[in-house]
Amino acid sequence: MSAGNAGGGTALWQYVVMRLLQALPLLLGIVVINYLLISLAPGDPVTALVGDYPAPPEYIEQVRADFGLDRPLWEQIALYVLNVFRGNLGFSFANRVPVLELVLERLGRTLLLMLITIATATIVGITLGTLAARRPRSLLDTASTGIALAGYSIPEFWLGQLLILIFAVGLRWLPAGGYRDVRLELSGLDLWLNMLKHMLLPMFALSFRYMAITTRLTRASVLEIMNSEFILAARARGVSERRVFWSHALRAAALPIVTIVGYNFSFIMAGSALVETVFGWPGVGRLMYDSIFYRDYPVLLGILLLVSITVVIVNLLTDIAYAFLDPRVRY
Amino acid sequence: MELDRGPAPAASTEPVLEVVDLVTEIRSVRGPIRPVNRVSLRVGRGQAVGLVGESGSGKSMTAFSIMRLFPTPAARVVEGRVLLQGRDLTELPESELRRVRGNHVGMVFQDPSAYLNPVITVGAQIAEQLLAHNWPGDVEQRIAELLTQVGLRPEVAKRYPHELSGGMRQRVSIASAIACDPPLVLADEPTTALDVTVQAQILELLAQLQRKQGMGLLLITHDFGIVAELCDYVYIMYAGEVIEEGPVDDVFEQPRHPYTQGLLQGVLSVTRRDRVRVTVPGSVPDLANPPSGCRFHPRCPRAMPQCRTAPPPRVTAGNGRTACWLYESDQGIGQQRPGGSHDRTNDGSAAS
Repeated sequence: MSAGNAGGGTALWQYVVMRLLQALPLLLGIVVINYLLISLAPGDPVTALVGDYPAPPEYIEQVRADFGLDRPLWEQIALYVLNVFRGNLGFSFANRVPVLELVLERLGRTLLLMLITIATATIVGITLGTLAARRPRSLLDTASTGIALAGYSIPEFWLGQLLILIFAVGLRWLPAGGYRDVRLELSGLDLWLNMLKHMLLPMFALSFRYMAITTRLTRASVLEIMNSEFILAARARGVSERRVFWSHALRAAALPIVTIVGYNFSFIMAGSALVETVFGWPGVGRLMYDSIFYRDYPVLLGILLLVSITVVIVNLLTDIAYAFLDPRVRY
Repeated sequence: MELDRGPAPAASTEPVLEVVDLVTEIRSVRGPIRPVNRVSLRVGRGQAVGLVGESGSGKSMTAFSIMRLFPTPAARVVEGRVLLQGRDLTELPESELRRVRGNHVGMVFQDPSAYLNPVITVGAQIAEQLLAHNWPGDVEQRIAELLTQVGLRPEVAKRYPHELSGGMRQRVSIASAIACDPPLVLADEPTTALDVTVQAQILELLAQLQRKQGMGLLLITHDFGIVAELCDYVYIMYAGEVIEEGPVDDVFEQPRHPYTQGLLQGVLSVTRRDRVRVTVPGSVPDLANPPSGCRFHPRCPRAMPQCRTAPPPRVTAGNGRTACWLYESDQGIGQQRPGGSHDRTNDGSAAS
């Protein structure tokens, strides 16, 4: 049996399928609650759509009927759920395109930003946390504690605006917004580099907080493990300090770190709505902001549903990662 | 259960371990405390020696001090010598001490579930030890051999600690302790965390390995019964100090120190089916503020005025020694005061 003893074979697949099936009622609940919440919210998509022009009441009735808004609420929900199962998330009032198409395109860009954010936050956080734990109360430890405190305290949208002021407006090093230079004809590597340049500021604004959380957690986790009895026993066997640290401590400390990374994911997703708005990043967060603004309910519902599915998948991946890291976890 | 006690200690037995006036200090907010205060002991080659005391008497700390490996960074050895086959471990730098740990001194801990890394297979944990000490032979083969020696199947190497029972885990710990054929094994309460039936098996295994390999064994326990079964010689610790020592039979026959007498009365009264009573009332004193004079005097049924004021002399009594004012008159003048004596009587039994 290897470290992934619980990872191989049919048991894991059964577990994955079971978890996905379990997620179905959850997602259904999310759809229903979101639908109810939205219908409780003030404002009417038709008014937003028609605008301030005086429209004849017959026309408004016609639009309401077209979108099914004249039916009872439960009927609307049932219809929506049925359509969702057919892969139809509806039609955007404002953008006049199918919701699924619109949201998937934006979700891709958001996930790109998020993955880079999570990767940065995790790598930097683990590195700083580990270094701090190796030398508690050193200058580096104190500095990382200070940075972490700042990371906890500064709101993402404010940090984002500050970064724009300094690096885009003041120093003119990086673009203030967007996700690529639309006026340049770019392809291949150049396009990616151009996107990366646009991504740096939002990535930093978004990752700072999670970098701080990961740093603190890694530090605490490594320190705790280094004081545990099996570390003492490894030392008593004459295992070198380097091996004690890399092979024993870090591996055991990885479990809470994986948990926090999976946990961060949903918060980064939520935070991305603010950061994308600040930086004009055309992702799902920005789309959500716009769809709330335009009362574009099908889009809003579609976003909430797809984001929920993403979070369910990430949680599942976190649990699977557990099985590979800890032989005690079995499915 | 009657276990073979191995070769009897003799004057010719050269010591594997000789601890001389060892002092270990722990910094605490209330000032330094000394859980090990001028402890001297020796373990001969192939000898099983018991170190007995209540919790908090400093017996585990003595073992950690020998390895100079502490569960807290606040502890350190401040005085004394630890001679392992003549080499003073207290003078070795950390890098060289690492080569001694697990190589020349094996250690068995109390709770095998806490002392094995849960996410690494037991085989890998023994393998890293063999590799750390440049085991000359084939590592895989050695692991199989060790596991067989402790009564496990070689396939156990591929298992994780949580897949094994408590007794099996302790067997793995013992396999690790003897992995590099050390001349000395320290066993710190090796059976306390185990079921009673398993305890006997583990003791049997320890005794058998100790006898077969001819290694020195320092067995730390609070259980006199275990000492009686396994050991040749015994040290009794109280509040960080050795208060009595001697060949096991002698100490059992004729305990000198009132503390030992009290402890043994507890053991014996149970076997005689008398009513069980608390034989030594009270508890181990606060080491940050130890009692004046003899540290045992507040609990001692036979305390005298001088016990409160002056530390007791160490007196040779029969084949052993004790630190008690009661026996001072037997010896007359010229008593060695605690800390003043280096010559031990561990092997003096045959010499006298």
